[in-house]
Amino acid sequence: MPLVFAGIGSHAPGIVNRAERVEEERREAFYDAYRRMGQAIRDAKADVLIVIAAEHFANFFMNNMPAFAMGMADYYEGPIEDEAWMRIARRKIPGNRDLSERLIARVMEETDVSYCEEWKFDHGIMVPLNFLTPDYDFPVIPANINCQGPPLTPLHRAWAFGQALRHAADAVPERVAVVGTGGISHWPATPNSGKINEAWDRDFLARWQKNDKAALLSYTDTDTYRDAGQGGFEIRTFIAIAGLAPEASGEIWHYDAIPPFAVGCTVGALTLKQTIAA
Amino acid sequence: MSLYYLQKLLYNLNREPALQARFKADRASVLADYDLTAEELKALTDPDVGLLYVLGVNGQLLMHYAALVGQSWDEYIAAMRAGVKQYGPVRAGIYAMVDE
Ligand SMILES: [Fe+2]
Repeated sequence: MPLVFAGIGSHAPGIVNRAERVEEERREAFYDAYRRMGQAIRDAKADVLIVIAAEHFANFFMNNMPAFAMGMADYYEGPIEDEAWMRIARRKIPGNRDLSERLIARVMEETDVSYCEEWKFDHGIMVPLNFLTPDYDFPVIPANINCQGPPLTPLHRAWAFGQALRHAADAVPERVAVVGTGGISHWPATPNSGKINEAWDRDFLARWQKNDKAALLSYTDTDTYRDAGQGGFEIRTFIAIAGLAPEASGEIWHYDAIPPFAVGCTVGALTLKQTIAA
Repeated sequence: MSLYYLQKLLYNLNREPALQARFKADRASVLADYDLTAEELKALTDPDVGLLYVLGVNGQLLMHYAALVGQSWDEYIAAMRAGVKQYGPVRAGIYAMVDE
């Protein structure tokens, strides 16, 4: 079934665990945009939500670091972080092993991907789900792009992963929604936490909205690190979403640079041309 | 310098509640399993989160270690800043990529 939804969103832990540091009206405007995305996924009658995240050494480490990985289990567990720290209770989140296996087999036709029958969700997935599917009862398939341990996944490969995932989603009978989560510019968990390069973010989002492949792929990691911090490497997840639907343009539903959340809080979606009646 | 094993220890600690419990009860026995320098051992034992940052530990690992040893978020940020002040710029890892 053709892809039914493709979106992007932020995942910084501060969005949940430092909520009180931002005035209610401002944070709720952001949360509402995220909740609206959850509603859009349900309205699209998605059977599964693939979350492409930039994992943070929760499941993958430099002993064996995949450029791409996808979950292939009937359930996952999260958050891996201390529950009190993350302010999200640990629980099981349903998956769909059979669908994962079919999607992964198809993705492998185009892109090498590790499959994982075990996956502990960190904030990169738990924070978005906290707003998208707050009961954590919707089937999720996690995916990961290495944005953390160099050598990092090249940007054009992230785009190609999006393409491969699209072809896989189109090839299965289920209705697939995909959300890429990450930061644009940010300096997470460093002394510069809270620094945000809003101009850089807005320029990136303009490229993303136009789905301008050449412009999206033109960043170098050296420039990104200088202008957008280590967290800027996570643009790979948003680029993968762009690669899902090169024919579609994007819409930014929300952008607000919120220093206590340590990220430019973003929610956006591609306007998919082919909408299929449920 | 064994940044790899230093980070591997923190990675394992973050993932495994049983190892966290063992670490709290007997830090030395856990540390003995990893190939660490004297400076790294000291940074972990003190604990000196600022020094761990300067040694190059990634914040995605370090913030959880800071929480494990009882630091609040603001204390964690302050510890890293103090570390850079005391020991100089980050020596290895991704934050040593460019000078700021
Ligand atoms: Fe992240």
